[in-house]
Amino acid sequence: MPLVNFFDHDGNQYEVNVEAGTTIMQAAIDNGIDGIAAECGGACSCATCHCYIDENWTEKTGEPSDIEKQMLECALDPQDNSRLGCQVEITDEMDGIVVRLPESQF
Amino acid sequence: MSDVKTDDHCVIIGGSHAAAQLAPSLRQSGWEGKITIISADPFPPYHRPPLSKAYLDGSSGLEQLQIRPAQFYEKNNIDLLLGSAVTSIDRENKQVVLHDGGTIPYTKLAITTGARVRKIDFPGSDLNGVGYLRDMNDVDQIKHFMGPGKSAVIIGGGYIGLETAASLRKKGMEVTVLEAMPRVLQRVTTEEISAFYTRIHTEEGVNIITEASVQSINGGKHVESVSLADGRELKADLVVIGVGVIPETELAEAAGLEIDNGIVVNEFAQTNDPNIVAAGDCTNHYNPIYDRRIRLESVQNATDQAKVAANTICGKMVPYRALPWFWSDQFDLKLQIAGLSQGFDQVVIRGDTSEGRSFAAFYLADGKLLAVDAINRPQEFMLARKFLSEIKEVDPARLADESITIKEVFGN
Repeated sequence: MPLVNFFDHDGNQYEVNVEAGTTIMQAAIDNGIDGIAAECGGACSCATCHCYIDENWTEKTGEPSDIEKQMLECALDPQDNSRLGCQVEITDEMDGIVVRLPESQF
Repeated sequence: MSDVKTDDHCVIIGGSHAAAQLAPSLRQSGWEGKITIISADPFPPYHRPPLSKAYLDGSSGLEQLQIRPAQFYEKNNIDLLLGSAVTSIDRENKQVVLHDGGTIPYTKLAITTGARVRKIDFPGSDLNGVGYLRDMNDVDQIKHFMGPGKSAVIIGGGYIGLETAASLRKKGMEVTVLEAMPRVLQRVTTEEISAFYTRIHTEEGVNIITEASVQSINGGKHVESVSLADGRELKADLVVIGVGVIPETELAEAAGLEIDNGIVVNEFAQTNDPNIVAAGDCTNHYNPIYDRRIRLESVQNATDQAKVAANTICGKMVPYRALPWFWSDQFDLKLQIAGLSQGFDQVVIRGDTSEGRSFAAFYLADGKLLAVDAINRPQEFMLARKFLSEIKEVDPARLADESITIKEVFGN
């Protein structure tokens, strides 16, 4: 089971192991990590699972779709490595991935 | 995680979206007593919106539907009493009575019973292959009768009906949508949006019949056809009825709580019994942005109001103030709705509704923005949602002018 390292905005680290195929959003929800709101439950409709993928891992997580890109542009404090957590499925190759959470989703 | 430190017990009735939020929010707000969610469903609370979409077309399964895994509740000391129905609330003795006659005492009670489907009684509506779409079991039934080349008739051209039509079309079925009113989505949106969805569904091969009056559903044991009052007969291997929902208020009403199109709650999600809160589809509540009482059928309201209710139970009185928002996915269309359009006197279209699949309809009253329906226009949705933290003026000419970016229009 791949390991995901979440860092919240205050720098607290949460290490969670998840089944391959789980999204970053679901990994946070399943483990009670607060920085992800996930209002729409993973339908790419609300942009409240905004997160930053550590640059070392962005190649593995791939590119956001057009809709996702447009939503990210309107999220709070978007960066080049911004993603919606519901659109990134963790694979075995992402074991150890570092995901940072924004200060706020709203 | 949290251990039970007091004899306090918060009982939550209904395994809904609101329950799945309320219970963990109680822990976050510092509730140290016991928490029990009582649900008639055999599963922990699950996401309902995908039922007419990804769960129906098979692209997601039971695992993905669960809002939180069973272990999450265990870790947070939240007891799930599944497959168990509450038959009454005994306010005098502060306990709920279960279907098997057992009782569970509460210190605080939360009612998150949601809504149930509105049933209609056509001749033949009890035939095999005729069903509603509200819970997982309904969809599992529908799936038995799906298949490429088979025919489906959907009664009701609201969001559920149209989403179901899109999903069944995706599975290769011949699909007809019957709508009693002159246009689909008539109860929930404007002519422009109805015309747009009619065009897209027609382009995708769905047969839409408006002003349809169903006379009977026919068949032996299994459904074979649907007859309309005008004499038309439509072949059907599957009939799905989606004609709205009714708030689940019977328990509250029998317990003497105030009901008015939903359980009446104040801005803290309290009913007229201060020890009982309610949240989600089953409530009638005040919305300060629109300055009126409303009842909503939405995940957003279930989640946000549940947080307010959890705070209230813990003595943190934070009034509910949230912008309603909704979404609907059909074919390649992502509809995102921010706000409530009721009472608009002007519609401003940004983009083209007559061709293509991307535009936004803004609803204004007295020059002030009330709501937006954004189709494949996530930025219009996102920015309008922020703008709508209060009702204020917006320049309609700029909204319609695509040479000005939407970020500029909203001053971002």
